[in-house]
Amino acid sequence: MKILVTVKRVTDYERKVKIKPDGSGFETEGMNFVPNPFDEIAVEEALRLTKEHGGDVVVVSIGPNDATQQIRQALAMGAQRGILVQAGELDSDAVARVLQKLVEKENPDLVLMGKQATDDDANQAGQLLAGYLGWPQATFASKTEGLESAEEKAQKPGVKVADGWASVAREADGGIETIKVQLPAVITTDLRLNHPRFASLPGIMKAKKKPIEEIPVASLGVDITPKVRVLKYEEPPARLAGVKVADVDELVNKLKNEAKVI
Amino acid sequence: MSNVLVVAEVVGGAVTKATLTSVTFAREAAKRTGGQVHGLVIGQGVGAAATELAKYVSTVHVADDAALKNPIAEAYAQVVKAAAEAAGATVIAMGATAHGKDVMPRAAALMGAGMASDVTGFAGDGWGVKRPVQAGNVIATVEVTTDKKVFTTRPTEFEAAAEAGAAGAVSALSVSVGGLKTQFVSFDAVKSERPQLTEASVVVSGGRGLKEADNFHKIMEPLADKLGAAIGASRAVVDAGWVPNDMQVGQTGKVVAPNLYIAVGISGAIQHVAGMKGSKTIVAINKDPEAPIFQVADYGLVADLFKAVPELLEKL
Ligand SMILES: Cc1cc2nc3c(=O)[nH]c(=O)nc-3n(C[C@H](O)[C@H](O)[C@H](O)COP(=O)(O)OP(=O)(O)OC[C@H]3O[C@@H](n4cnc5c(N)ncnc54)[C@H](O)[C@@H]3O)c2cc1C
Ligand SMILES: Nc1ncnc2c1ncn2[C@@H]1O[C@H](COP(=O)(O)O)[C@@H](O)[C@H]1O
Repeated sequence: MKILVTVKRVTDYERKVKIKPDGSGFETEGMNFVPNPFDEIAVEEALRLTKEHGGDVVVVSIGPNDATQQIRQALAMGAQRGILVQAGELDSDAVARVLQKLVEKENPDLVLMGKQATDDDANQAGQLLAGYLGWPQATFASKTEGLESAEEKAQKPGVKVADGWASVAREADGGIETIKVQLPAVITTDLRLNHPRFASLPGIMKAKKKPIEEIPVASLGVDITPKVRVLKYEEPPARLAGVKVADVDELVNKLKNEAKVI
Repeated sequence: MSNVLVVAEVVGGAVTKATLTSVTFAREAAKRTGGQVHGLVIGQGVGAAATELAKYVSTVHVADDAALKNPIAEAYAQVVKAAAEAAGATVIAMGATAHGKDVMPRAAALMGAGMASDVTGFAGDGWGVKRPVQAGNVIATVEVTTDKKVFTTRPTEFEAAAEAGAAGAVSALSVSVGGLKTQFVSFDAVKSERPQLTEASVVVSGGRGLKEADNFHKIMEPLADKLGAAIGASRAVVDAGWVPNDMQVGQTGKVVAPNLYIAVGISGAIQHVAGMKGSKTIVAINKDPEAPIFQVADYGLVADLFKAVPELLEKL
């Protein structure tokens, strides 16, 4: 099977971004970029699925030329080839419409995406893409056996594919829902689907020779005018600094008499 | 003049509190469109929920059909689109629950609408809305520029709506959703006698500091029992399989804002804090005085949780 996996280049989630004084964006100095962590889970799942069923994993990123680094990281994990759609910052809707074009070109059996990008926290692109394509969707894919299971240690996929359908356990409100979607489909990953592998040294060496096709976004003929415009960024209201209490007695006293919450 | 449509979520035959918080947002939106707030109830045998929702909105559209028994996004998104047309709505909102996040972007695609996720409020008199990005480290003001606008609203940021003066009308909506390429297989519900995490007024959350699953239950459950609290957890312990996924509090889990939040053995990573910093009073119990959780805690207790929690239990 052929799997298209999306990898977004995002700001390092371990570091706080700095807002520009005019609120128009973020300071780029000292900024570090990583592959969106949910997308690494998507790459891992794609590799497990193609190991079991055969086929290729194609990694797509939409972003600046530097996003090649994040594509290479996915290639080093084991994906076969990459596509970089050269573009500025797009909203999830434009991303979905660019991906729709690529899906029409590439004809994958499955598109695996992260459930949310950790920079914009939108949680939209996969559902939008499925909607545009008229494909079924299974969002927030998880592993029923858990992340400590024998299946996980044996690197078995959490998504089960058979007879042209994928069975997906989803992290829903109040429990785990299992659905089946007919391929081709869009699946988005949650945290409990797998532990993504680290790239090995030979993997990194091999990745250097793997092809990455560069496509200027303008050549796709997709209208990328944002449907959601960012007007400004600002700091959230700060919580007032609290106090340290000396012991349990003081804590109970404060909760009863100061905060009056118990 | 156009209307605003709130997509309801029905659990156990009843409209959820998250739905009513979205009605509050919708009432604000209706001031801007000059129209009325409509509701949409989707499912099978949801008549009672529709009657309930009608107390809050001018018209409830009900798509009641065996094919809609389970919340399948592929089907529900089509119903949302049809209902928006029936309601004459240009603004469509739903609570930012896992279900809302699944269905609404797909519905937005079908309607050609732009969408803002996880909205926490309006930024002014226009269509600018606020939403957290970067794990809540940054608040963005964004504007959906399309004629039709879709929003998911963060339930903790809005009060549940009060009933309107007069009950609204209930109107049947028939949508054929044949040819689905999605099949429902099963739902494995987390069973709990405790209050719901997102609705509880007290939440006690445990982290990796508890060391093992057994301790989580031995230490956290009596504390929750004593306080009538819901139990939450950090990602670390959910990943370890100590507790169900449904209990994760944070950027990519549940967002909670109880009166009292007690974090036990949780370091306070930004992704965790994103899901609980709206709580009224925050207590942290951690043996590391440098743990970042103390930066958001109103009351921090530097102590070994294995001693402090049992003592707290005794003295409460
Ligand atoms: C994409 C992404 C999304 C994420 N989403 C979430 C999310 O939604 N929610 C979430 O929680 N995390 C999330 N995380 C993970 C987050 O970054 C942290 O790794 C996680 O919150 C840490 O959990 P913890 O505090 O339980 O564990 P740790 O960071 O290991 O902290 C354990 C704490 O326990 C204390 N401790 C140890 N022993 C004792 C004792 N005897 N008495 C008292 N204290 C003790 C230690 O001092 C320490 O501070 C996400 C991460 C990523 C990359
Ligand atoms: N610029 C991009 N390039 C590649 N994939 C993307 C891009 N933006 C979003 N995605 C994918 O869509 C998912 C959801 O993104 P979002 O809707 O922005 O939260 C991410 O996890 C990625 O897999």
